[in-house]
Amino acid sequence: MEWVSAIIQGILLGGLYALFAVGLSLVFGTMRLTNLAHGDLTVLSTYVALIIVGSGAVRFNPLYSIPIVMVIMWVLGYALQRGLLNFIVQKGDVQGVIVTFGISIVIMNALQEAFTPNSQRLPVGELESRSITISDQLAIGWLPLIIFILAVVVIAVLQLFMNQTKMGRAFRAVSDDQEAARLMGINTKHIWAVAMGVALLIGAIGGVMMGIRTTFHPMLGSDRLIFAFEAVIIGGMGSSWGTLLGGVILGVAQLLGSFAFGPAWATLCGHVVFVVILALRPQGLLAKTVTA
Amino acid sequence: MSLLQLEGVSVYYEDFQALYDLDVTIEEGEIFACIGANGAGKSTMLKTVAGVLTPKRGRVLFDGQPIDHLPPYKRVELGISSVPEGRRVFPSLTVHENLLIGGYRNRKGSWTTDGVYDLFPLLQPLKKRQAAGLSGGEQQALAIGRALMANPRLILMDEVSLGLAPVVIKRIYEAFPALLKSGCTILVVEQDVQHVLTVATHVACFLEGRIALQGAPSELTSEQITAAYFGVY
Amino acid sequence: MKTPGTTVTKDGRRHSVSVASKANLIILGFGIAVLIILVIFPFFGSTEWTRRLVDFFCYLALAELWNLMLGYAGLISVGQQGFIGIGAYTLWLFSDIVGINPLVSVVFAAVGGAIIALPAAALVFKLRGGYLAIGTWVIAEILRLIVSNIKRAGGGSGINITATSQMVQSLGPDAWYSRVYWWALAGAFIAIVVTYLLLRSRTGLALKAIRDNDLAAESCGVNLWRTKLYTYIIAGAGCALVGAIQAMYTLRVHPGSAFSVNWTAYLIFIVVIGGIGTIEGPIIGTVVFYVLRETTSQWGTWYFIALGLLAIVVTVWSPAGVYGWIIKKTNFMLFPLQRKLRLADGEGPPAEVAAGGPDEAAV
Repeated sequence: MEWVSAIIQGILLGGLYALFAVGLSLVFGTMRLTNLAHGDLTVLSTYVALIIVGSGAVRFNPLYSIPIVMVIMWVLGYALQRGLLNFIVQKGDVQGVIVTFGISIVIMNALQEAFTPNSQRLPVGELESRSITISDQLAIGWLPLIIFILAVVVIAVLQLFMNQTKMGRAFRAVSDDQEAARLMGINTKHIWAVAMGVALLIGAIGGVMMGIRTTFHPMLGSDRLIFAFEAVIIGGMGSSWGTLLGGVILGVAQLLGSFAFGPAWATLCGHVVFVVILALRPQGLLAKTVTA
Repeated sequence: MSLLQLEGVSVYYEDFQALYDLDVTIEEGEIFACIGANGAGKSTMLKTVAGVLTPKRGRVLFDGQPIDHLPPYKRVELGISSVPEGRRVFPSLTVHENLLIGGYRNRKGSWTTDGVYDLFPLLQPLKKRQAAGLSGGEQQALAIGRALMANPRLILMDEVSLGLAPVVIKRIYEAFPALLKSGCTILVVEQDVQHVLTVATHVACFLEGRIALQGAPSELTSEQITAAYFGVY
Repeated sequence: MKTPGTTVTKDGRRHSVSVASKANLIILGFGIAVLIILVIFPFFGSTEWTRRLVDFFCYLALAELWNLMLGYAGLISVGQQGFIGIGAYTLWLFSDIVGINPLVSVVFAAVGGAIIALPAAALVFKLRGGYLAIGTWVIAEILRLIVSNIKRAGGGSGINITATSQMVQSLGPDAWYSRVYWWALAGAFIAIVVTYLLLRSRTGLALKAIRDNDLAAESCGVNLWRTKLYTYIIAGAGCALVGAIQAMYTLRVHPGSAFSVNWTAYLIFIVVIGGIGTIEGPIIGTVVFYVLRETTSQWGTWYFIALGLLAIVVTVWSPAGVYGWIIKKTNFMLFPLQRKLRLADGEGPPAEVAAGGPDEAAV
């Protein structure tokens, strides 16, 4: 029944991917910006956690660092958007790609410079290595399960925010028609900055959790970006739950591939599934875009 | 002190000059109509007042205060609200949510969502419908209602009758008195001259970026207006 | 230089439309002279400089092709390294496995790139804008992973191309690198010529005017999908050619370097600094890139940080790059892409009013 274990692990991994994907999708939805630095920014948040955990005289469980990292990344996201990205948001795709690609390069290399290219890991406490035993051959790690639950909670909260709150409505209005939103009294510069802050905040949760779960290094950003992107496309743009589904499908594809062909094939199997879905149903599985 | 004043306003689109040294004064309580052919500059003036465009020369004064460099959202705070050309309702939001967005800046005043539904009863059954699924006339009513939710002192309407059946247009104009009563001055831009002249208290006829004719409709003959509209002298 | 007929406008002034000015004719002659010098360079230049120029022309070709994709077909790619890698490995394949002279195998490498471009396009074109860009990156990654898993090709550690090493032995390094140089020069030359012809054509002008409006483009008789496809294939072939040249230059292939995203980082930098949307831009950009590289690459990561920051700064504050700034000041283009309107008044020489240069708004 090992393949069942692979599937379950894949589903749980999907939760992690969803945490990365949601931010990418949110930014794209709100301001049509494809943030190529998104993956690297989540890696940055992992290193921020490393600093917080490592620097204090008290070495505490990295899970407690999550709220602090979230706040730091929210502020960083807001500043980045307001200070730089707001100037290129309305200027078309090319500038967005170039600038965010540039940011990606800068972050990747700055992290390499500051922390060396070596792999690191956030300290593992007791919780992280424990698992729930379901049967003789089936055990689910606590950590992956917590990550998945977190992903579900985050997405549910985000949906609530979008649908029930004043600012969430503003997000959706800006996403629909930014000029009309401005005419209604919405400060789009501020909204965009908040959106980026939220995107990085959510990404930080994923970033720290991933740093606890496995090793990380400065060059990981590209992979995270690609997995986030694939999750969004598989699940369908415009749908948060779709992103979770996309992440899950990607995770399952990767882990089944690893199980069947060996760990070196995991990523490639994920890509293959992505390609198939893109070819057959390019709008994604749960696509939900409205045209007026 | 006039509610809105444009002094020597010149507006450019890149190298193209759309407004030439415009002088316009609008008093509180007026229904001020701007008419003219396509490209005459009427919408440009409206966008300048709303804050979408910035004049290269001249000033825009609201209640005597210059507002030229205020972004649109600050102008909404001051009491300038827009019903944009093409309605521009938020397609993925419901009718009710569109109205709520109108009230984003929390300006104090008499308008509430209930008030809007009273004014435009056709919207009541559509409360939970996504705005994308509305007809032209329904969207127009929604756009106006949305603008009212900002409790404006000046409401800017850009071609509200475009593409609508006469019956619908009439219903929209019938709502004007209620707008005035709530303390709102109306600045309306129209290509359809006939209908708007029945409600306007003042009219300005635009021609190639300038005002060719101004006055109360009762004082102007239709020959004068036609001549000013088409630039035939 | 085309000079389509003279027309008379309504206020009685005559005007004609031409692409270039007299100055451009002089430049053309000068350019031919430069080209001749470049062709015979290996005979009098040092091996070291010949090798440097190989690199230079490779980057130049990549940048021109990237510009072509963007300016002509509206495609933003951050995955051209996929084709570079395919070109490199195809060269190895035909040289070492099939046994064809590497200098001839280069052609097969280019063809290989073109063939791969077809299914890649089919997938990637289902996306738009920034997501299309990431899509091209995914394609490159897929290619890298597949190749890394082929043991016969050296797997993750790469493999030496014995055929090229043999040729270096038999010909001597001077002769070998001269031949590689000529391929590189040809590649850059072809890239520039193709880009120039396409951007200058009627379709090119229409596409530039219309930008992202598909409906408008198609109503002008432009088959958008086909245009994008052909452009992507040309770029794929060109980048594969560069990959093959690089393989001949380094005498080995390695998946990490052949498929490295650094290729994209470099070419984006070059295009941005030089000026997006022009042909001269990449030339300037490659020169700047080279100077920086020679002086600062020992900085290691700081070199990359500097590149990234510079690209960001230029994109935000001067989107048309160095060349765009030059054009603004002098209103002159080396490779004229715009049409100039000459107003012929009754007396006096015609005044020239230029239109349609690199447009910042589109950048």
